[in-house]
Amino acid sequence: MKEIQFETIKDAVAKLCIDANCLLGDDVVQAFKDGLKIEESPAGKDILNQLLDNEQIARKEMMPICQDTGWAVVWVEMGSGARVQGGELYDAIQQGVAKGYKDGYLRKSIVKDPLRRENTKDNTPAIIYADIVPGDGLEITVQPKGGGSENMSEVKMLSASDGAEGIKKFVVDRVARSKANPCPPVIVGVGIGGTFEKCAMLAKHSLLREIGSVHPDPFYAEMEKELLERVNKLGIGPQGLGGRVTALAVFIEAFPCHIATMPCAVNINCHAARHQSVTL
Amino acid sequence: MAKKITAPLTAETVKDLRAGDSVLISGTIYTGRDLAHKRLTDSLKAGEKLPFDLAGAVIYYVGPSPAKPGKVIGSAGPTTSYRMDAYSPLLMEKGLRGMVGKGNRTQPVLDAMKKHGAVYFAAVGGAAALIARTIKAAKVIAYDDLGPEAVRELQVEDFPAIVINDMYGGDLYEAGVAKYRKE
Ligand code: SF4
Repeated sequence: MKEIQFETIKDAVAKLCIDANCLLGDDVVQAFKDGLKIEESPAGKDILNQLLDNEQIARKEMMPICQDTGWAVVWVEMGSGARVQGGELYDAIQQGVAKGYKDGYLRKSIVKDPLRRENTKDNTPAIIYADIVPGDGLEITVQPKGGGSENMSEVKMLSASDGAEGIKKFVVDRVARSKANPCPPVIVGVGIGGTFEKCAMLAKHSLLREIGSVHPDPFYAEMEKELLERVNKLGIGPQGLGGRVTALAVFIEAFPCHIATMPCAVNINCHAARHQSVTL
Repeated sequence: MAKKITAPLTAETVKDLRAGDSVLISGTIYTGRDLAHKRLTDSLKAGEKLPFDLAGAVIYYVGPSPAKPGKVIGSAGPTTSYRMDAYSPLLMEKGLRGMVGKGNRTQPVLDAMKKHGAVYFAAVGGAAALIARTIKAAKVIAYDDLGPEAVRELQVEDFPAIVINDMYGGDLYEAGVAKYRKE
């Protein structure tokens, strides 16, 4: 049994919240640069340049890339040979999120109740997805998720008879209807299969992939490529002002399916595609 | 070339602006998003005085991140505008002339802009650290209990924005996307 201290987890989560919000991944920065090479619209190019400047300022001053510092979505892979010493894992994560959002001057965007809407003032609760895996490590990923792009997301229960084309139409249409709202250029996360809620989790999880990485299954690698092309023909462009670069990537995660169903979820991420991981 | 304009906006300034114009806004603007809009509207309906003068005012749809010590504000990019659509026509009727946000507006808002002579600007969503540099002073003037959603008075200098909808029905989102759409 490997023992991991409660405080170690709490501090690590706090740091992940701050780093994820202030330091954009190299893959995203590279995607902006690659986008500049193919963007035809002058306004679109101007915006990509501003996003590059913004990233630099945020990094230098350790201030958030975007004021919407998001829901703290936390993915945990806990080795079956690891245990937490001095408290509960979930408490350590929640306290870590509260600490990170306070110490990092991050925005508190969570309300206690969807209808009565009173702010919880420390950005908790975090959304935690935990899995038990072989080994004795503890891997934690914090994925701050903005509300603007979350609002443009959707789950649809398709029929098997809709086939791959049905999925593709739904994905492209979902991006088309989102227009300027989710701060394009976006990253399109697609979940296919599983149950209603599993499908949405697949879409969210897919957003953790590195931009530029190729899907291990050639069937889905091909589908991702085709979807990216179709999405970028929509003409929405950076910030929806018109242009070539509407999306930086399309990521698909598929899962086994019930014989009667074919759910598909689209989770849109904005260009502020933030996530940081640590292994304890 | 960006047009330099001053907020609050005069009727002449608004008349002069066309969809697609880049602008640099200087002067005083107010922040307000979802819950603040609801409260402002409730106050208007109840005949109460608003926390700021709506005549010619510009409202920026933003909930900034907290200011670090020594800074006037944290990151401060726009939030999505359509959530304010239910409230904007009444505010324009009472004098609001400018809105800054991101994303498409609905028809009743566009109609009210034509009727009352108002303009809708977009700031670059997510360029929040960059935009914060143009905000020189900030103070909460109402609804402090709403945290990031409180109404703040901002002094801005060359705040960059682009005209999406002018008072003549021009729409940059429509025109821009039509130009680059394929098939
Ligand atoms: S959609 Fe993303 S970039 Fe745009 S405001 Fe929300 S978090 Fe920021």
